[in-house]
Amino acid sequence: MAWRILINAQFANEVVEGLNQAEAARTRAGLPPERVHASALTLLAAFQREGRLVDFLQQEVAGFSDEDIGAAARVVHGGCRKAFRQFFVIAPAAQENEGGPITVPSGFDAQRIRLTGNVSGQPPFKGTLKHHGWIAAEVRMPSIAETLDPRVIAPAEVELS
Amino acid sequence: MSRHTVGIDLGTTNCALAFRDLSEGSGDVVPTPQLTAPGVVEERLLLPSFVYVVKEGEFPAGALALPWDKKIAYATGEFARGHGAKVPTRLVASAKSWLSHRSVDRSSALLPWQAPAEVERISPVEASARYLRHVVGAWKMSRKSDLDSEEIILTVPASFDAAARELTTQAAKQAGLQDVTLLEEPQAALYAWIESVGDAFRKTVKVGDVILVVDVGGGTSDFSLIAVTEQDGDLQLTRMAVGDHILLGGDNMDLTLAHHLAQGKNLDPWQFVALTYGCRQAKELLFADLKLKKAPISIPSRGSALVGGTIKLALTREDVTGVLIDGFMPEVSVTDLPRTARRTGLTQVGLPYAQDPAITRHLAAFLTRQSRIAEGKSFVHPTAILFNGGVFKARTLKERVTEVLNEWLAKDSGAPVKELEGADLDLAVARGAAYYGWVRHGHGIRIRGGTARAYYVGVEAAMPAVPGLEPPVKALCVAPFGMEEGSNADIPPQEFALVVGEPTVFRFFSSSVRREDRAGDMIDDVVRNEEFEEVAPIETTLSSKSGESGQLVPVNLQAAVTEVGTLELRCLEKGGSGRWKLELNVRGKEE
Repeated sequence: MAWRILINAQFANEVVEGLNQAEAARTRAGLPPERVHASALTLLAAFQREGRLVDFLQQEVAGFSDEDIGAAARVVHGGCRKAFRQFFVIAPAAQENEGGPITVPSGFDAQRIRLTGNVSGQPPFKGTLKHHGWIAAEVRMPSIAETLDPRVIAPAEVELS
Repeated sequence: MSRHTVGIDLGTTNCALAFRDLSEGSGDVVPTPQLTAPGVVEERLLLPSFVYVVKEGEFPAGALALPWDKKIAYATGEFARGHGAKVPTRLVASAKSWLSHRSVDRSSALLPWQAPAEVERISPVEASARYLRHVVGAWKMSRKSDLDSEEIILTVPASFDAAARELTTQAAKQAGLQDVTLLEEPQAALYAWIESVGDAFRKTVKVGDVILVVDVGGGTSDFSLIAVTEQDGDLQLTRMAVGDHILLGGDNMDLTLAHHLAQGKNLDPWQFVALTYGCRQAKELLFADLKLKKAPISIPSRGSALVGGTIKLALTREDVTGVLIDGFMPEVSVTDLPRTARRTGLTQVGLPYAQDPAITRHLAAFLTRQSRIAEGKSFVHPTAILFNGGVFKARTLKERVTEVLNEWLAKDSGAPVKELEGADLDLAVARGAAYYGWVRHGHGIRIRGGTARAYYVGVEAAMPAVPGLEPPVKALCVAPFGMEEGSNADIPPQEFALVVGEPTVFRFFSSSVRREDRAGDMIDDVVRNEEFEEVAPIETTLSSKSGESGQLVPVNLQAAVTEVGTLELRCLEKGGSGRWKLELNVRGKEE
């Protein structure tokens, strides 16, 4: 798209117009950023709840042994993976094997395929698949009560005795 | 005419929902949206059977709302289970096991068991009704239809007696489900298997086969025997026998592993729950990869310092073999009986958990107890085995049960069993229940067999009182073994006299092995006979409309099995038109 913006002035104007409209819609509704991005916070809360991701990211880990970090990583990996798999069905963007040959046809989807190395000439291109990419084939985010403050990622826990 | 049949698996630890479209014959499992955290509703295939009794102000307004009930004041499902682990005094669990507990008043508000006085309690019936209400809400949301107009099949353990079945239908009524049909869980599992293999069914089983269903759920173990017979050239399935109610399941296994690993560690209750969960996953890893020597378990810190605060443990192959396989499925002989610990003078009235964790010993007891259908052998010889319950995702456990059973068979010159494979271990009961609804419409093969118990009323023998000796109790058979739904038993010749205006209570007994008794047969001294089990007493009061108070009215007792699958007892006035229903008293017997 960047290329189209550079070479096509009219398209660039349309894009700018579109961005302005989106921004205007947001301001008109008067929604604060945590409401606009509530689903991102929901995801963060789920990763913390299931896999303690925010605890992990907030901690300085330089002084700990690999063994300690490894034990914590199991908690993060096990829990976040469970939540992640409930929210998304993830599939590779390219079906070929990594490290194997791949042909990129003309009119390829430039969002799904990124060319690297000696990018020249005309498609179809012959190359090697370095990373097969990832696509969220399905998105199943939970529904969140509107009455709650999305900024609360995890409540403080107080145990009564 | 309804459009779907809906199968509900009301499990001890998880509920599930499935349907079948009657016009298309297709169906599937219906995911249940549920609270997974305050304010967060997500879909899951299973609804954990837990109620969390919320304290006012504990959560922000609207945090418990479900799409179909914005004002709900309690939590069920995943959040109830997870949060309840941190607040055990407010957590209702295993309500279904309480439904079949004879020593307590099952209709009274007694759960959470041993909760402090300020916690509002609910009855096991109400807890079950709450799970059903949730499932009804989920159905309405996903299908946009009312369950009232659908045919609902509700599953119960085969070992549930008449009173527990009655209470289950009462819970359904409380949840707004007026018409439900009950189906035994092991039968549902077999229906699910039949559905999954399709036409291959007729190639896999043949006339003369005896299928043993071993259903080990989260909290209970349930056995059934189903025979393959033939009538007019058609294959028939007949349920021959069911086992006793055993409060022992997969949750006990994870808990045992957790206790084993927690020795010498200082874990708080929440960390112990995390360890139990970790044990289940580590166990599954070890079962999935037999070359693996040990599987690591990380228990997160309670505080935010995760790195450094995480406790590292490992479950080893020896733990799994020693604690789990040899503990729960030891290689025993078929004559080994489950051990029962001697009761001390003061026992708590909590759930009557199985005292012997050995599932193989319970299975041995079941097969030898059913000697009447053993055809002269020392125990019933199954020819095929069907496993059900998440526990059996581990091949090793299936193999152990099969090995032990084949060992017994070989010693008794029998042939080894074949395993019926292919059913979904977690969801088979719900799927099979929906399929059964379809079968009731004349498709596929139906399992027959009627009631798996005979029922008796106690008649105290007239004899001089002897101090310290309980007078022997005779029992009159009122409902023979194998009564089909919608049928009446013959009226026994014995007559009773009831006093108008005064409650009359009968002691009530059942037997899962006596199949020869007919209505009207009198059996001596049942209390000391191991073939009989005392169930909730039955009672009735003849209203004064039927005569003057204090007057004696001669009656006969008659039993009927309703279309729903519950037992109904009535008094018929001798030589008159009076009829009174006898109620099963579930308020607990005095011990």
